Amino acid sequence: MTLALREALLAFRRAPLLSALGVVTIAFSLFAFGLFGLVALNIRLALAQVEERVEIQAFLTEGTAPEAVQAALADIAAFPEVATAEYLSQDSALARARREIPEYRDVFAQAVLPASIDVRLKPGHRDPASVKAVAARIATYGFVDDVEYAQDWVDKIYRMRSIASLVGVVLGVAFGAVAVIIIGATIRMAVLARSREISIMRLVGATDGFIRAPFLIEGFTKGILGGGLALLLTWLAATLISRNLVRVTFFDPGVAVLGVLCGAIIGLAGSAVSVGRHLRRV
Amino acid sequence: MIQLSHATKEYPRTGVAVDDVTLHVAKGEYVWLTGPSGSGKSTLLKLVYMDERPTRGEVRVSGVNSHAISGREIATLRRRLGIVFQDFRLLEDRTAHANVAFALEVTGAPPDSIPAKVSRLLAQVGLSAKAMAYPRELSGGEQQRVAIARALVNDPIILIADEPTGNLDDRATRGIFQLLREINASGTAVLMATHDIDLIRRSDYRVIEMHHGRLVADSSDPAVAEHARQRALDEAAGAGSGAGAANGGSSGDTASDELGSDELGSDELGSDEIASDGVA
Repeated sequence: MTLALREALLAFRRAPLLSALGVVTIAFSLFAFGLFGLVALNIRLALAQVEERVEIQAFLTEGTAPEAVQAALADIAAFPEVATAEYLSQDSALARARREIPEYRDVFAQAVLPASIDVRLKPGHRDPASVKAVAARIATYGFVDDVEYAQDWVDKIYRMRSIASLVGVVLGVAFGAVAVIIIGATIRMAVLARSREISIMRLVGATDGFIRAPFLIEGFTKGILGGGLALLLTWLAATLISRNLVRVTFFDPGVAVLGVLCGAIIGLAGSAVSVGRHLRRV
Repeated sequence: MIQLSHATKEYPRTGVAVDDVTLHVAKGEYVWLTGPSGSGKSTLLKLVYMDERPTRGEVRVSGVNSHAISGREIATLRRRLGIVFQDFRLLEDRTAHANVAFALEVTGAPPDSIPAKVSRLLAQVGLSAKAMAYPRELSGGEQQRVAIARALVNDPIILIADEPTGNLDDRATRGIFQLLREINASGTAVLMATHDIDLIRRSDYRVIEMHHGRLVADSSDPAVAEHARQRALDEAAGAGSGAGAANGGSSGDTASDELGSDELGSDELGSDEIASDGVA
């Protein structure tokens, strides 16, 4: 193991340019993937924020007994799709209208708006079908005059989210594949540059496992360094965008570490495949 | 120690490189392997150090069978063999000492024992003074000495040399040959492929000659040439055409010439005739 470590380090020292090129190639491949991830993450967060505002309003007939409203509230809150169900009295409705729509302040002096039960849904239940189903169930209460939700809006958000998810998966796979191919080619180059050494090791009786070890260490190290550099570049890009364009949310620390580990695993796997192929051929 | 039984090596694209070779090399023997370019010498050596497996037949080296050997066993076998090539195959970015030490390190020798052993081997090949020189700073003969020192690190039972003097001038060639003789005298068998007829003439070691992948002469076994001659005649008869028969006959005659010679391999012209006749 000591010799494998020493050989791996020697490989960096003997061919610093090739090693640096390898690390930078891995870094830029993962940086492109990281940028894409950042965009995907922020689009998802933005859509989630919009989705959170999906609301069903059940307008109540005037004079509905408070007990009936309370019973309905408890009932609706227990729906599996429902996150919150709140009662909004006529006065509260007017106060909110005045707060949100300045024109109301002057036009209406007294409670002319109906009381309502405002329902918000849990994540995962904000698709058009679920919204419609919950609205239909709420409409069955006798004291519910009318049920409203922005159907067009819900449909649009849902469509956007579906498209974003699909594009995200397709682009993610494409970016990931490109990163793996580029990293694989870089590592293959490093293996070919040392093919003479490999053939000599074989001639003098080194086992395949022994020959592989320094390459695996080298690939793993390059992956870690490339992954770390990619993370740094992505963070710098996110910081610059946040300062100058729009506020961008960066990856959680766990995801960031996972990204660097991904680099290490790609480096390790790429080395294993390249050396394995080379050993089978020579 | 080395036993080939009807060993044939056939490549999908280039055809038969070694054709039905049966051969035995005993412990401590020095054997010349000669024949024109493309006659299958290098492939036969590859079969011996198990870089290639025979398509048909069997190769046994130091009790290890080519049919049953695993990758790990090949590595173990190679530690009992020393292999030397025409192009030296040294690592250019390491000193002579480091090149020899590398062979010991990769085979898991105790680190403490390595420097002393490398120094002893470099002294044996006459390169103590140049232990810290890089290959580019050494002459061809000196580089080959480093390669030989590396081949000796594990005290091999057989030294396999594929045209080790092919790139060297006369003086260096004589020096390398003297070194190989000394190694052989200490008990290591040497199987050396060469084109150098003068070199072969300088010794009375056993000579094996190949042509078109076949063994056509063996100085220790006249039956080999007789068999080759008979086989060539049979094939010519089998071909059925007048031209084929004439061609086959010619080949057979040449093999017969080789057989009749006491100094097998001494007739360089004879070898060339084999090549040109065989190709025609």
